[in-house]
Amino acid sequence: MHGPLQGLQRWAERRLPALTRLRQPEPLPIELNRRRIYIVPTAFGLGFGVLLLVMLVGALNYANNAALLLTCLLGAAAAASMLVAFRTLDGLVLRGIRAGHALAGEPLELVLDFAAPRPREAVRLDCAGTTQAFALQGTAELRLRLATTRRGWLALPRLRIWSSWPLGLFRAWSWLHPQQSVLVWPRPESAGPPPTQPADGRERLRPQVGEELAALRDYRRGDAPRHIAWKASARHHDLLMKDFDRPEPRATWHLDWNALRALDREARIARLARWLGEAEAQGRRYSLHLPNERIEPGSGPAHYARCMSALAVLP
Amino acid sequence: MTHPAATPLDARSFDLIALGLAAVLALHAPHLPWWLSAVLAPILGLRWWQRRHRQARTPAWLKLPLLAALLLAIVSWYGNLFGQEPGAALAVGLLVLKLLETETVRDARVGMGFACFTLMAALLFDQSLVATGTVALGLLPPLAALRALEPGRRMPPALWRELLPGLGLLAAALPLAVLAFLLLPRLNSPLWGAPNAGEQRSGLSDRMTPAGFTQLLIDDSPALRVSFDGPPPPPGQRYFRAYVMGHYDGTSWTYRDAANQPPAALEVAQTLRYHVSLEPTRQRVLPTLDVPLAAPADASLRRDREVIADKPVDSLREYTLDSATRYRLEPQLGRRRARWLQLPAGYNPRTLALGQSWRQRHGGDDAAIVQAALALFHDGGFRYTLAPAPLGRDAMDDFLFDTHEGFCEHYASAFTVLMRAAGIPARVVTGYQGGYWNALGRYLLVRNADAHAWSEVWLAGRGWVRVDPTAVVRPQRISQGAAAAVPGQLPWYQSGWLQSLRNRWDIVNRWWNLGVNGFDALRQRGLLKPFGIRDTDPATLALLLAIACVLAMAAGLAWVWRRREPEDAARAALRRLERKLARLGVARQAGEGPRDYLQRAAHALPAQHDELIELMHRYLELRYAQPEPTTASLRALQRAVRDFPVVRVVK
Repeated sequence: MHGPLQGLQRWAERRLPALTRLRQPEPLPIELNRRRIYIVPTAFGLGFGVLLLVMLVGALNYANNAALLLTCLLGAAAAASMLVAFRTLDGLVLRGIRAGHALAGEPLELVLDFAAPRPREAVRLDCAGTTQAFALQGTAELRLRLATTRRGWLALPRLRIWSSWPLGLFRAWSWLHPQQSVLVWPRPESAGPPPTQPADGRERLRPQVGEELAALRDYRRGDAPRHIAWKASARHHDLLMKDFDRPEPRATWHLDWNALRALDREARIARLARWLGEAEAQGRRYSLHLPNERIEPGSGPAHYARCMSALAVLP
Repeated sequence: MTHPAATPLDARSFDLIALGLAAVLALHAPHLPWWLSAVLAPILGLRWWQRRHRQARTPAWLKLPLLAALLLAIVSWYGNLFGQEPGAALAVGLLVLKLLETETVRDARVGMGFACFTLMAALLFDQSLVATGTVALGLLPPLAALRALEPGRRMPPALWRELLPGLGLLAAALPLAVLAFLLLPRLNSPLWGAPNAGEQRSGLSDRMTPAGFTQLLIDDSPALRVSFDGPPPPPGQRYFRAYVMGHYDGTSWTYRDAANQPPAALEVAQTLRYHVSLEPTRQRVLPTLDVPLAAPADASLRRDREVIADKPVDSLREYTLDSATRYRLEPQLGRRRARWLQLPAGYNPRTLALGQSWRQRHGGDDAAIVQAALALFHDGGFRYTLAPAPLGRDAMDDFLFDTHEGFCEHYASAFTVLMRAAGIPARVVTGYQGGYWNALGRYLLVRNADAHAWSEVWLAGRGWVRVDPTAVVRPQRISQGAAAAVPGQLPWYQSGWLQSLRNRWDIVNRWWNLGVNGFDALRQRGLLKPFGIRDTDPATLALLLAIACVLAMAAGLAWVWRRREPEDAARAALRRLERKLARLGVARQAGEGPRDYLQRAAHALPAQHDELIELMHRYLELRYAQPEPTTASLRALQRAVRDFPVVRVVK
């Protein structure tokens, strides 16, 4: 839609809510009923109407009753298709929305859970400039990708659900405006220094012999003789050592909001987000101290999500 | 993002579109020139193959020349682009060429809308029940194609299954369509020119040459249907007069229309009233049984009691007439006698000589001369055939003395020339003779193949007397109809059991003609009269139509707004049990739970006490014991409820 038209639409939405049929946000589940489904003819429908009119006048002019009967039949079928278009949406329920996680600037995946008592076909959903078509038998899950720009709570946009089933002559439509917000995580900075850690973390870096046999390698001076792989070395001109996998000992990162006084708010959040991501990727334990929240050390996706969400909702 | 209408078509949609166009082409093929069908069909097939198997587009350098060739061919064949036949040919051609550039949803929609229009145009050529039904079926592929254009639908695996929903849609639309058909105000006069004015069509003509009927006699489309008040006349009396031809120029007989002359005097002994439903002929003549007493509305009686309509019959025409079946027509010939003795000079000398010799032999006995001529046809070795040998300049001489073969036109013509040569006023009459009496519909079906020519001679004291020389040569022609006269000479479908089947089937066409094709403003008024609506001006009809549409839409809305909650099966079983118990006198009270209710019922009906307690346990277990009831326990409950006896046990 073009600029002035869009402006007009925004003005109309604000001043004439009843006329523009916009819906205020409402809680799930949303069931479509006849009070909120609207039907308009499509451009093709209007053209087809003109064609029917031409056929009607022709049949009347030539007093051709057979053609008149079939024109009436086609016209009545077009009218019936309007009811079918209505029935395609009527009774459709948006039961729930599951949102995934996304960093700001990346698309967020939404899963819309639709249900309907009757099978439906050719239902379409407009969301932020893209249209998806789906059929429904009992239930259907529709995946949408929602563009994000900034961290924090993102209210779901108004979704238009519509259908021009079965003949494309009429378009039945309704607004879905779920009262639900999704959380967008902050975007980590692309590069920066690692967190500074207290000195007592050093001791943990002492190497420890792992338990599991990982590979064979050449003998180096100072290797323990009990780790020589004798059987393998017999078939080789050098001694081979059994190399054991030693999980790298990692220090727990204590990430602290107050330790980054030099940066401004968003830069701090971006840095903390990067550290959280690195810590999670390296398998470290990490804790997060924020002005209003203390998250004790932990690791794993749930812990990461908790920390990122805490960062996302910072004022 | 691409605009939805610019989405490329999928394979199934394209198949359906090609199928729709093939249906259009097939429905129009009977009246398209054969070469056009023969060119368009391969184009359609090749384009389908090209897009389906090569995923290729048609190059622009091919499309434009094809379009130009189509226009050129139609103009050179028909002479212009306007009118019914060239218009239909153009529409079909354009539609098929449209497939060449059909790539997107928008193209497909335009094409399918236009296909619906072109299908309707096929009805301008044939409005029979079969044609209408076929065109209605032809709507199914376009409807299916429009459905296939909608994304996000479940695609049936088989192509033919795509067509069924369209049939359902049309069936659902039928009530509203019939209402609209009945109530739509009809036009009193056409807004623009009636179709095919001046277009040639095989039928009776106001000119008769020997062997001119050949095309007509193998055209077995219905010409008229006649019902009689009272019993139908016997087969030998079923002569329908159309043209009375008095002028002979040596090759052909012609009818000369002269308005403003009073009809010839008629003395009537017996009349018969009948109703004719005449198929469109594009001519003005209305065939009548024997001699009509008066003309119907919008027609007039000519001098020789032919009925000529004011306008050509372009659509089904119905009229009621009284005709004399025993009569004396024009008892006094007066000064017009010379007109009926006219013969061209210098033609048929041997025939004239034969006529004059009869006059000399029989003197003043005209009836004897007629008998002599009939005896000649009967005993002279004449043969009835639809494929006679060609005749030369002196056609009647050749026929009477050389070839000895021909059909009704030859006999009527030769007989009339002989009579005139003998000095007896005579003329040729063309029309229809015979027909098939449909006992079920109680009407006479007269086909174009029943076209016939005979003679009338004027005998003193008897007026004009019908003489049918063909009846002498081939009596079966008169008593059993055209098909019986020439075994083996008609197309296979015009003879034997198939023909009799088609004759019986024709009653459906008659009903269709009466109910649909003949439904005009007059019938509309008749239909509304019982409802107390006497005034059927367009405004009233439009109002009624609007009311009907509102009612139909209300019915449709009631259908779409109804919500049927899927009822819980256990609850349904309990309801059934409640109904049974209510018949036994234990009705469930408001606010009574199933447990209390069934216990009360068990006490009230000691004979079924154990069963009811058992049922109660089953229900409660099903309802509350498990989170999701098992099918087996549900079945058990349903069976127990079904088997619960309602009959009160008498002890």
